[in-house]
Amino acid sequence: MKQADFVSLVMPFKDKVFRLAKRLLVSREEAEDATQEILLKLWKNKEKIENYNNVEAFSMTMTKNFCLDRLKSKQAQNLKIVHSNYTDNNSSLQKQVEAKDSVNWVSRIMEDLPEQQKIIVQLRDVEQYDYEEIAKMLDMNETAVRVNLSRARKTIREKLTNTHQHGIK
Amino acid sequence: MVLNNIEKLIEKYNNAETTLAEEAKLRDYFASDNVAPHLEHYIPMFTYFSQAQQEQYTKDVPLKPKRTKLYQWISVAAIIALMFSIFVPTWNNGPKTLADYTPEEQKMYLEAKAALALLSDKFNEGTASLNVLNTASENLNAGFETASYITEFSEATNKLLKN
Repeated sequence: MKQADFVSLVMPFKDKVFRLAKRLLVSREEAEDATQEILLKLWKNKEKIENYNNVEAFSMTMTKNFCLDRLKSKQAQNLKIVHSNYTDNNSSLQKQVEAKDSVNWVSRIMEDLPEQQKIIVQLRDVEQYDYEEIAKMLDMNETAVRVNLSRARKTIREKLTNTHQHGIK
Repeated sequence: MVLNNIEKLIEKYNNAETTLAEEAKLRDYFASDNVAPHLEHYIPMFTYFSQAQQEQYTKDVPLKPKRTKLYQWISVAAIIALMFSIFVPTWNNGPKTLADYTPEEQKMYLEAKAALALLSDKFNEGTASLNVLNTASENLNAGFETASYITEFSEATNKLLKN
């Protein structure tokens, strides 16, 4: 497999890999590093890749595992990077601005979801995979995927309704 | 009618029972301007999902071809080959006699030897004829010595003239 073939194979889903990594790792730099790592791993094993029938699903599973590993090692080192950590010090003005910008609220709400639900919402609502693919990527059955997705969507809705109606977090 | 439909879809959506096509319908509905007021809080959710989909990975990934290792080994092989080509010939150079060569080579060797001997003979003849020059120079020296007698003689006559 030549470099050009590899690039054309990877091109369609490299953004998806990046977005999933960013969903889990929050920081853009971390997500970029993770994406690079994943792509390099794929490149190294390019001979084996040809045998997989669904490289995209395989890469998404790889990304998920890689990012969860990263998070685990970070928690162990007590070095968790979460953007929402330092909003406490912000002035009330900034809070007001953010409250208006309710689209950003959704991303903040999603940060608070459990990782499993984050991944599922990302794969379903942002990347629009069907349930069968998600189940395969995450090695779960479809019902479990649906249950998790339903919980996540309801959480997002409730939190959004709260902010919408009362302006509280 | 449409609103009723959307509400049903949202219900299904929250239970994660919608198909991708139905979700696309919802997304279209919330992207439009005429969203029912009691459903407004869903707008940011769907807007966010479509926004998040636009984000792209822009960094370049350095894809190095795997050949670098092979090149290193080629240089090592070249060095080994060089070393062999330098040292191997000296190993096989044992003492050789005329008998080790083929008759043809022996013949050539002897011919060359004879030719060189002839050449050196002629050279010796040449140097012998040069000996004549040596005797000539000896005679010259003898001449100079007799000439020195003349200077001595003239000094003596000068002394006589002064007195």
